[in-house]
Amino acid sequence: MAEASSSSEFPKKVIYCGICSLPPEYCEFGGTVKKCEEWLQQNHPSMHEKLYSQEAIEQNLSTLSLEAQKRAEKDAQKKAAKAASAEAKAQEQRATSKVLIKRIERNKRKYVTAVQGLEAFGLDIKKVAKDFGKKFATGSSVTKVPGGGEEITVQGDLSDDIYDFVVENYKDVPEDNIEMVEDKKKKAAG
Amino acid sequence: MFKKDIIPGAKSKVKSSAQRAIRAKVLDQYPLLEPYIEDIMPKKEQLDLVKLPDRVSLYALGSTPLFFQHMDDPLLPHLTLIHRYPTLFHRLRVDRGAIRFVLSGATLMVPGLTSPGGRLPSDTPDKGGQVSEEGRYGTEELEPGTVVVIEAEGKENACFVGTLKMGTAEMKKVKKGQACEGGHYLGDGLWSLNLG
Repeated sequence: MAEASSSSEFPKKVIYCGICSLPPEYCEFGGTVKKCEEWLQQNHPSMHEKLYSQEAIEQNLSTLSLEAQKRAEKDAQKKAAKAASAEAKAQEQRATSKVLIKRIERNKRKYVTAVQGLEAFGLDIKKVAKDFGKKFATGSSVTKVPGGGEEITVQGDLSDDIYDFVVENYKDVPEDNIEMVEDKKKKAAG
Repeated sequence: MFKKDIIPGAKSKVKSSAQRAIRAKVLDQYPLLEPYIEDIMPKKEQLDLVKLPDRVSLYALGSTPLFFQHMDDPLLPHLTLIHRYPTLFHRLRVDRGAIRFVLSGATLMVPGLTSPGGRLPSDTPDKGGQVSEEGRYGTEELEPGTVVVIEAEGKENACFVGTLKMGTAEMKKVKKGQACEGGHYLGDGLWSLNLG
């Protein structure tokens, strides 16, 4: 919010960690402490000094009983491991999942194009569908797939254009992961 | 309340009359905000209403979340708002041991507030505590249902906001049980929600 601040005290500026998005003093509870610490050191060295000095750490520990300390440590480790594995999993999923661009024959010489799998790359398919519609000036909608899940259906044969558009605009999607399929199966006469 | 990541629903503009009503309600609930209300929700700006799962609605200004509300419950401030205007709400403090539980979405329990590290209204300040510490947590006892911001021992910023389930006077007597109902904490779904 860009406001003309009317007082000297407020609004208070708060720095948020670039890794876990919490205020840096809470990073230690986030499970990605190592990364957060590095980030803070790079971006806000003075704050890093304050938060990660030996003194501060000792002070933190002294307020807890030994047993609680142990438990907290164990918990933190577990959390860190969990966060790491979740990240690895997400990355792997990102690497293996494919975007399918399907050209489906609807009638002789009439096609629709279905795009599947974009949601695996953290895209909001509703928004993407809207973008497709705007870009190609055609009907574009999110439809449910019988097997579960959703796909974007774009009217018209736009498979090549969509391929280019996705590569160009959504940098999160690696080009190698996009696959073009032609659906040969003709729909029953309609 | 927001343990899982949330998928925001439809975003719609708030009618200006409704906007005025919200503004009045905010001022009614948090009279201390009055000098800053123009900064928080300028009269001329268009507020957005974002619908969240479980009948929660979130009022936002552009991409800055401001207040959220479950059905007709009191409006609760979003933590980013609290961080910007920390002293304008009723505040309590939990001890260090409780932080990790709070941040993983547990219900706030009374012992965390009554222990030496926690603070309730009219507590005596730390030994040798600065003058500014005194009265920081107020002197009035709070009733159940009051919206409170929870800070943490040794931390500057708040980590939780919710409504009290038990009055603070009772807490001091009983020293156990649940203190705060599921609210909004650092790192939860509402926190990580990205308003495009």
